[in-house]
Amino acid sequence: MEAAENKTLKNSIKMSFRSIGENVALARLVVAAALAEKDITLAELDEIKVAVSEAVSNAIIHGYENQGQHMVKMEIDIDGDDLTILVQDDGIGIADVDLAMQPTYSSSSERMGLGFSFMQSFMDKVEVTSVLGQGTSVRLMKKLGAFESESIEPDEFIN
Amino acid sequence: MQESCQMVKEGLLVKIKGELDLTCASSLRDRLDHELKKSGTRHLILDLGGVSFIDSSGLGVILGRYRMLAPIGGKISIRNCNAQVYRILEISGLTRIMLVERSGLSKRAKEGRS
Repeated sequence: MEAAENKTLKNSIKMSFRSIGENVALARLVVAAALAEKDITLAELDEIKVAVSEAVSNAIIHGYENQGQHMVKMEIDIDGDDLTILVQDDGIGIADVDLAMQPTYSSSSERMGLGFSFMQSFMDKVEVTSVLGQGTSVRLMKKLGAFESESIEPDEFIN
Repeated sequence: MQESCQMVKEGLLVKIKGELDLTCASSLRDRLDHELKKSGTRHLILDLGGVSFIDSSGLGVILGRYRMLAPIGGKISIRNCNAQVYRILEISGLTRIMLVERSGLSKRAKEGRS
């Protein structure tokens, strides 16, 4: 296949995996493998991996409250330079999504609300929809190859 | 993830290898707290030379120890982190509150920080 065609190639990957910590690394690996042919910097790839790590960790820790018997769904869509990653759980849901996305927010653990901050810093757009008792879906979107990321204001969460 | 601990004159030195994420966060936290308590030191040196990835779960462990040690006059310093890990520590603001040393400034590290 010619390079020009390859650049606009569409690809979709759907998978589901158990809600255990080991699968956070698996999700990162799959995303990295799906992007292997893309012309992106190592730093950009690493940021995408962090965003995926945060979304999947949230599903496991918050959505499923660290109960390992559930399933997390992940969909990766690559359309030319447009990357979309959807991470879904059927867990407890988030009561107030806007509040949950504040840098200082953390309902548990020592992660201190950094999860959503990293997703927002490292991706172009983060959409979260959640229904209490039914689950949460996080859509991470990014234009590949346009590398630029924002810093988080550390004073917002480090006291 | 693997870690090894030893006492040096500056405090407790912990060398960590692997990926610092959800999988190992709680075991690392327990190990650090146990070793800090056992040694009686307030100063922690983390050698991240073998760490290839860190996310908020890993950062949470470091920040949690910082919040524990800082009020009693303790310090945390970080050594040998690679360019990608340094970037995450920098973006999250950790480099402003503790000494963080890189394993060397490569071309890629400079690009990555642009």
